[in-house]
Amino acid sequence: MPDQTVARFEQVVVPHMDAAYNLARWLTRNDHDAEDLVQEAYLRAFKFFGSFHGTNARSWLLTIVRNTCYTWFRENRPQELTTSFDENIHSTEADPFDPEKLLMQSESSQLLKQALEDLPLEFREVLILRELEGLSYKDIAVIAGIPAGTVMSRLARARSRLKQCLTKLVNKER
Amino acid sequence: MTCTDIQAAIHGYIDGELDAVRNLEIEQHLQHCAVCSQAYEAEQTLQRTIKTGSHYYSAPTGLRKRIQSSIRQVGKSEPIFPVMPWHRLAVAASVAFVVILAWALIPSLHGVDAEQLVAQEVVSNHVRSLMVDHVADVMSTDQHTVKPWFNGKLDFSPPVKNLAKEGFPLVGGRLDYLENRAVAALVYQRQNHFINLFIWPSSRDSNVNTKALVRQGYHLFHWSKAGMMYWVISDLNETALQEFVRFVQASP
Repeated sequence: MPDQTVARFEQVVVPHMDAAYNLARWLTRNDHDAEDLVQEAYLRAFKFFGSFHGTNARSWLLTIVRNTCYTWFRENRPQELTTSFDENIHSTEADPFDPEKLLMQSESSQLLKQALEDLPLEFREVLILRELEGLSYKDIAVIAGIPAGTVMSRLARARSRLKQCLTKLVNKER
Repeated sequence: MTCTDIQAAIHGYIDGELDAVRNLEIEQHLQHCAVCSQAYEAEQTLQRTIKTGSHYYSAPTGLRKRIQSSIRQVGKSEPIFPVMPWHRLAVAASVAFVVILAWALIPSLHGVDAEQLVAQEVVSNHVRSLMVDHVADVMSTDQHTVKPWFNGKLDFSPPVKNLAKEGFPLVGGRLDYLENRAVAALVYQRQNHFINLFIWPSSRDSNVNTKALVRQGYHLFHWSKAGMMYWVISDLNETALQEFVRFVQASP
């Protein structure tokens, strides 16, 4: 009976809308696209709700949000999926990351946001899922569609890239 | 472990994803190695800065409303589960029928079978609880949250059990109205089926054995025990609902 399905969906999936929006917003870096994609993801989720038998509705929903975003990237911004980060250009071995230096900046929060946005998609998504959503490696592996064993190394690389970006930004500010 | 191993595993350590043995190894290493412990602190600072920097985007209110209304729209036009087209009509007709019947029979109410009237009310309450998207006032799977919630709202304390282990998790509780009085409604769930369990003090002293009824495709069971009336209703099949009744009746 459809009323029951809607009621159950509203009870189980709708409460995770902030998580859905946060992920889509960080992936697209744009309010308008994020809203459209979250709405599309929710309609998809509702359509496939019959096949959801798990207990972790948030991860299930985020998987759908992420897939919806990637489909959109393929159609609208394919370059973001292929752009590889040039290790040499961004290498700042001579200038190691100093967190204190970052924190002394009054705009540290703005700089961090900028650095996160500059990260390639595959690094940005694992960082958002881990640091802002607080998800376990197991859940991140499912959502990002990567083997559980590679989550830690991808996070390590993501954090190292983030530090490089930050160092560059901090040095530019001074 | 070498420093290279430690710095590779430090991410799992920070994220609390390592087992106890490796955690201990890293802890001990950090106490003695200045290079690694500096790297560890830098990672921690970075993590803390991300987490506390208000970088979380919450869903805008407008989006929330748009999504909810579009889902309700889709839910109406494309039901996921096969639905009988006469269903809504039947509900409306039965409600109208009850109203007319009650109006016609009020002068000689005791002439009507009281059980039939309660059954009709129970069906209406069950349908209404699912229709208006208001299954429960207090949503909790914890009986120790749901039971005290009724304090001060009812003049009796309904027995509340969580039957999750038995396959019927408690969804929550709600106030409802039956037989001209406020009653406790406990909501349970099995897969996509909701079960309403209505409880109120019985006006009759004697225990009444379990009786099964079918109304408009819903299965109903009712009994009274220790001065309380119990009515159970669901669209669940009869066998499964009977199983639920047995769990409710079992002594705690």
